[in-house]
Amino acid sequence: MSRTIDAVVSPTQTNTIPADISGQMLDLDEDDDLEVFSKDLTLADGNMFNASMPTSPGSMVNQCKFEEDEESDSKDIFITVDNPESHVTAIETFITYRVLTKTTRSEFDNSEYEVRRRYQDFLWLKGKLEDAHSTLIVHPLPEKFVVKGMVERFNGDFIETRRKALHKFLNRIADHPILSCSEDFKVFLSAQAWELTTYKKQGPGFLSRMGETVRAVANSVRGVKNRPEEFTAIQEYVEDFSNKIGSLDKVTQRIVKEQKEYLEELKEYGPTYTLWSGSEEELAEQLKGVAGCIERCCKETEEQVGHLSDTLVPVLHEYVLCAETLKAVLRRRDNIQAEFEAKNEALATKKVDRDAESSDLGFVWGSLLGKNPEEARHQRQERLDGEIEELKEEIDKLEDRVEWANNALKGDWGRWQRSMRGDLKSAFLSTAEKNVDYYEKCSGVRFLSLPPIVLP
Amino acid sequence: MMADSGSEEIAVIGNTDLTSAELENNIKNTMVEIEKWTSLLRKMEISVGEAEKRTGKNTVNMQEIYTVYLIETRPVDAVTEGIIPAPDSLWRRYSEFELLRNYLLVTYPFVVVAPLPEKRAEIVWHKLSADNMDPDFVERRRVGLENFLLRLASHPVLCNDKIFYIFLTEEKGWKEMVYETGFQAKADSRLKAMNAAFRVKNPDKRFTELKHYSDELQAVVSQLLRVRARVADRLYGVYKVHGNYGRVFSEWSAIEKEMGDGLQSAGHHMDAYAASVDDILEEEEHYADQLKEYLFYTEALRAVCRKHELTQFELEMAAQDLASKKQQKEELVTGTVRTFSLKGMTSKLFGQETAEQREAKLQVLEQQIEEGEEAVKEKNTESDEFVKTAWIDIEHFKDQKDRDLKEALISYAIMQISRCKKGIQVWTNAKECFNKM
Repeated sequence: MSRTIDAVVSPTQTNTIPADISGQMLDLDEDDDLEVFSKDLTLADGNMFNASMPTSPGSMVNQCKFEEDEESDSKDIFITVDNPESHVTAIETFITYRVLTKTTRSEFDNSEYEVRRRYQDFLWLKGKLEDAHSTLIVHPLPEKFVVKGMVERFNGDFIETRRKALHKFLNRIADHPILSCSEDFKVFLSAQAWELTTYKKQGPGFLSRMGETVRAVANSVRGVKNRPEEFTAIQEYVEDFSNKIGSLDKVTQRIVKEQKEYLEELKEYGPTYTLWSGSEEELAEQLKGVAGCIERCCKETEEQVGHLSDTLVPVLHEYVLCAETLKAVLRRRDNIQAEFEAKNEALATKKVDRDAESSDLGFVWGSLLGKNPEEARHQRQERLDGEIEELKEEIDKLEDRVEWANNALKGDWGRWQRSMRGDLKSAFLSTAEKNVDYYEKCSGVRFLSLPPIVLP
Repeated sequence: MMADSGSEEIAVIGNTDLTSAELENNIKNTMVEIEKWTSLLRKMEISVGEAEKRTGKNTVNMQEIYTVYLIETRPVDAVTEGIIPAPDSLWRRYSEFELLRNYLLVTYPFVVVAPLPEKRAEIVWHKLSADNMDPDFVERRRVGLENFLLRLASHPVLCNDKIFYIFLTEEKGWKEMVYETGFQAKADSRLKAMNAAFRVKNPDKRFTELKHYSDELQAVVSQLLRVRARVADRLYGVYKVHGNYGRVFSEWSAIEKEMGDGLQSAGHHMDAYAASVDDILEEEEHYADQLKEYLFYTEALRAVCRKHELTQFELEMAAQDLASKKQQKEELVTGTVRTFSLKGMTSKLFGQETAEQREAKLQVLEQQIEEGEEAVKEKNTESDEFVKTAWIDIEHFKDQKDRDLKEALISYAIMQISRCKKGIQVWTNAKECFNKM
């Protein structure tokens, strides 16, 4: 799958809001929206994929670039998530996002779709995909609430961060060879709000879901006996990775905090030089020069902190969530294998039963009731044989299931590692570049503001 | 090490024009001729070399630990002849520097006397210790003391002072010598005068402006230094947190195959980045010290202004006194009483004085008026002299200040550029490592 980079999106369009939802424009600053959407990324490296930039379907089609490692299929489905809007009903207030799809795939009736979806809908989609493909790695969704600080669902930054994450979520699914073919995915992208509600009501009911969950829990309690070595290796890796990425997430957030505090002090620092220049004659120019430099430094620092928050922090956080997803996927795979092992054990027990010479209670009863012991035994044998056949059939199915699950995971594991590498590499690269740019701007500015100095 | 005897010292200084009698005169003479600008630095190299800890008993007979500083002097000539003899040296502690400065303040009230470095570290950022025994603090104080001596040695007036010279060259007996000058009594009365409240009617406008300027300068530089310390603190935090990247990248690289190398080397650069802030802030501390010196200079400026006010006040008092005496005489002569006086009332009540009594009073008054006129003339001369000499020194100080601070600001800018360049280097390297991921 190829990756796309860069883009520009026009912000607000209000003419496609479904009639049954009362629209109410959010208090978002027009300029903020525009600024985010029209940032132009000049790339030094064609392999970079900046996850934080929204891409419009239109411009994505025009700017395909290929990842070296992956198959060079051209992308045939482009999705944008944008335009958050607040909806107020009698019961609740919530945010919907516009989901724009452009596709050439034949499964879709049209080539373009525009729908509005809320966070709950995304959750539903994720759940369906995970149910249908329990050992595929589904990219994580942003969390329900902001964990630290206040629960500010309607805070501008929170909404923007969430929007970007939702955008990435859908695009990752679109990139996935198997997940993108899911019927649920298709419905999510194309159905109108009421159609989606109807569709959601179909499918396995609540109780059958419960049954599955109970079985899964039961299996996990039993544990898997013969896990293949490679999955144990993956599990160990995931444990370590989870720790490391968690640390990086914390470190980066700490850096943001320290930078912000540094910026606060800097803002007070510059003006003291300006104040001083008011008392001086000869020194005034020099002092004002220093004040000006510090001011520019403030501006650059603010930008740098913003970049860090927009680019590195979200990606690291995403992969913290990914690590949890991976753990869940590995657990589910284990459960599938455990179920298979359990049935195998049951089969072995039944076989032992059938071959046993020892007395069966039924045989004893049968003889009491006057049945022919030979006949009773024969009947018992037949019954057990039948059960054994049934079990064998089930086991075959389960074996297939295990094999399929393992292969799916193996395949996806490679994909995941590659995209993890790509995402983190580009996020760190972007950060390093921004820091170089930051120091260049700070030093260049200082140099220009002062009289020519002969540097040693 | 004791310095050589008197005449050899003079020879060492290189002043061979004077006869021995005149040399004796010079030594005895502690007041200076401002016209003869003989910078001590032209003749002598002065440095404050090391610092050592000593233990001893203090004034209340308790054990104390204090630091002494090695003062080394060497004649300039000796070096230029290609032979570099060992310098003469002696040890002084901070309190002796203080004594020297107090002596100079009292003896040359029209001079803006260079300040001493801080006794205790006042405005610090968290990493820097406020402990007087901390080696970094001691080192910075050593530099400050050397700077102090160099300032004195390059001052046209102060460099010729005998007590200063002996301070540099004779370890023992110097303290007694200072007290023998009797400056302590002057110092006490000076202190009293400085702290007294009085109003001056016609101060020299330039001094009033100078006082305002020095107040402003003190306020703004204090604030600047405080904020700078906070900025340094924060910057330290930012750099140091990046050190955690180094650690985590290194651990993470152990579990990755393709990304391992890139991560590992990026981690090293993060460690280097975190470590670089120590040197950067150490250098900045030097800049802060340069500003601090001028912060402390404001006190010396204010002292000179105050002295002017004092002299002016005394002049005004003398003039006022003279005027009132003259008026009394006039009243006596004309017999009119223009102002209320007890004498006037009593004479009205109890009758006029006799002609003899009046004559006697008149004579006394005339005597007093004569004395008063002398006093006013004296005070006037004193005041004019003071204003003249002080203002020369103040102009000298202003030039020095502008030069020094301009240089300090430029070197600060260069420091920042250098820091940015280092930042560019580190992150460019890190970027290359990330590229290899």
